[in-house]
Amino acid sequence: MTEFDLVIVGVGGQGTILASDIVGMAAVNEGLPVQASETHGMAQRGGSVINHVRLDCRYGSLIPAGRADAVLGLEPAEGLRAIDFLSRDGVVVVNTNPIFPITVLSGASVYPEVDAMLGELKGRCKHLVPLDADKIAIEAGHPLTANVVLIGALSNFLPLDVGSLEESVSNLVPPKTVEVNLKAFRLGRETSLQAIE
Amino acid sequence: MPKSNIRYQFGNHAIAQALYDSGVDLVSGYPGTPSSEIIEALARLKPDCHVEWSVNEKVALEVAIGASWSGGRSAATMKHVGLNVASDPFMTLAYAGVKGGLVIISADDPGCHSSQNEQDNRRYAQFARIPCLDPATPQEACDMVSYAFNFSEKYEMPVILRPTTRVCHGKSDITIPETEKPGKKIGFEKRPQQWVMLPAHARVRHKVLMEKQDIMAEALGSSKWNQLDIIKGAELGIIASGVASVYTREAIERLGIKASFLKISTYPVPFNLIEQLLDSVGQLPDQVGQVLVIEELEPVVEEAVISISGTRNVDVHGKDMVPRNGELNVSIVEAAISKVAGLDHIPHVPEGLSVELPNRPPVMCPGCPHRATYYAMKKAFGNSAVFPGDIGCYTLGVQMGTMDTCLCMGASITTASGIYHAGETEPICCSIGDSTFLHTGIPGLLNAVYNGADITVTILDNRTTAMTGHQPNPGTGLNVLGDATFMASLEDISKSCGVEFVGATDPFNVKKTIEVFKQAREHKGTAVVISRQECIITARRRGIRLTPFTVDPDECQGCKACIRFGCPASSFIESTEEGQKGKAVIGELCVGCGVCAQVCPFDAIKEVSK
Repeated sequence: MTEFDLVIVGVGGQGTILASDIVGMAAVNEGLPVQASETHGMAQRGGSVINHVRLDCRYGSLIPAGRADAVLGLEPAEGLRAIDFLSRDGVVVVNTNPIFPITVLSGASVYPEVDAMLGELKGRCKHLVPLDADKIAIEAGHPLTANVVLIGALSNFLPLDVGSLEESVSNLVPPKTVEVNLKAFRLGRETSLQAIE
Repeated sequence: MPKSNIRYQFGNHAIAQALYDSGVDLVSGYPGTPSSEIIEALARLKPDCHVEWSVNEKVALEVAIGASWSGGRSAATMKHVGLNVASDPFMTLAYAGVKGGLVIISADDPGCHSSQNEQDNRRYAQFARIPCLDPATPQEACDMVSYAFNFSEKYEMPVILRPTTRVCHGKSDITIPETEKPGKKIGFEKRPQQWVMLPAHARVRHKVLMEKQDIMAEALGSSKWNQLDIIKGAELGIIASGVASVYTREAIERLGIKASFLKISTYPVPFNLIEQLLDSVGQLPDQVGQVLVIEELEPVVEEAVISISGTRNVDVHGKDMVPRNGELNVSIVEAAISKVAGLDHIPHVPEGLSVELPNRPPVMCPGCPHRATYYAMKKAFGNSAVFPGDIGCYTLGVQMGTMDTCLCMGASITTASGIYHAGETEPICCSIGDSTFLHTGIPGLLNAVYNGADITVTILDNRTTAMTGHQPNPGTGLNVLGDATFMASLEDISKSCGVEFVGATDPFNVKKTIEVFKQAREHKGTAVVISRQECIITARRRGIRLTPFTVDPDECQGCKACIRFGCPASSFIESTEEGQKGKAVIGELCVGCGVCAQVCPFDAIKEVSK
């Protein structure tokens, strides 16, 4: 089975597009047809962003509700916001580190407890892999590698070779940051392996 | 392993590559989501053709027309609403026709992802009687480019290529087609009967335009962009257009139904194929054949199918089953097909959440100069003033109460004028970005002065076209390739429009900016305030780093003035002690603009000591 529908969500500026590209490019390099869709334009200014990435897909880029194989949340509230895309036997890989929206910072809304959101996610999927990607990214050597940490964590579930994913990471990140990004990818992958076991 | 010419590519980048490979001589456009990346990518290819960001879409199309009339291949790119701006040359271009191939790339935005409306520009194609190609996938958009040029040259007609957001901003494994560049000679050839639209010539050319319709329709109808699969004995025929066709194919497969299927991607529609499909379902004994048309937005295909169906024994469904607004997706299409086919279909019902998620609207960035400008504007003008607005990142000023209107590019100054002339007595202060001012704001400013509108016009000059991805404009002194060129002065333009009060200010200097706004408000007549500070995103990309700020908890009185300012870097922590006020804090998002320190009435916000 190489068909795999992935929803990647986050906050504008978190690097959701790079995360999608790592998966999409690796799949194409493995010879799979891919259809993906990205959020550009006004929504990027700190708003909710959503990318669809469909591996081995010959149709359109939009994943039907309830049929995604995985949701990757770069931010916990965004992960939960997208949960309706996920199939019941799907996987959720989610960063536990919140980014408060302006509605919360201004006091107009309340940001839910992260544990409550994880509990909700757990009831809606087969595997839940929560991880503090920002902390792991710092361990890897740079806080901006959190998106790559999460792709590493997701890699255990993707129908793709680790080698081709690592090759995509190397090709897509700035040349000077290849080592730190590969480390981020591997740390994410290990953390999620432990969580599954 | 993939073939070497397959690459994982962005739709707009593939379109740019295809333009380049087709030997295009000139590409012009104005930035607009979802079209902007086409010209950006083309500029990065360092082509030997002329590429430009034009000041607006009308200008862009006319520049492209000039190139075509000189025998060159040209393209003009824009978002769907850009074609409204370019509609004047567009409508008459249909009469005049072209010499070198001319492709108008209209990137439509069903669902208003980043637009003020979701108009369907297939209607423009019908209106002007200009052929239109409506790609289903990024690959198809890329493949259509060279076809469009050849078609345009053969029939001496411009062609619209209409990718939608999902095509422009889609990524997929794309094979860039091998294209033969045409051998052509550039040189303007005088053809007054064709290029000079005097009434006497226009009457003749209108007839020529009509005469071309049938032959163009026939050629488009037999092109590979339309595909008909007749299933023998099927009582249901499904017709789907453009991007809706891929959702429909997926829905048909998932539902496992037997239906004949016609995919349409050309306009005028392929009459012949529609007739074949209608015949296949409409000639079954004792039953009425069912036809369902699935297309995003307007019922363009549906109307054609109804008119072609004539006396055939078929029911044609379309907008009675499929919404006329918003984007489509597989779930919507499955529901429509199930209804027409009489299937028991259990739609996916979204499950509620036990936790309530806060909204996350887009916001102005930490350190965005627009926020500072709006703060000062509101201080000087008060809450009851009228704040007409325009299109750009600064439209997010709606969150600060300084954006009372937003209609289309350039409409701030003009609607402000109308509000004044109608007799509104509150002060009126409108805002418009630098690029938008140069796009269509200048005629409005001239008109305001000429007709005596007592308004303040704020030009938010952040030295870029920010919202669409930071394209240069004439005010930046750089062209599309990043090369230095003439830098337009907003002050000089304003003065030459006859504005007597032109005040420039740096919005990061709050006190001065409030003062300039107050002077503008007191000025009798049209006043201009140029609030100039570079977009924080481009400034940081250039390596500019300012010292961040922090809140001194001993000085903070918990008044929340900085929180009301609305910067995402600031937040408030309520006190856990009874009767104690909480404190503001500044997080790591702070870029050091220092505006909140000026907003704080207690001097509690200070630069982080090094």
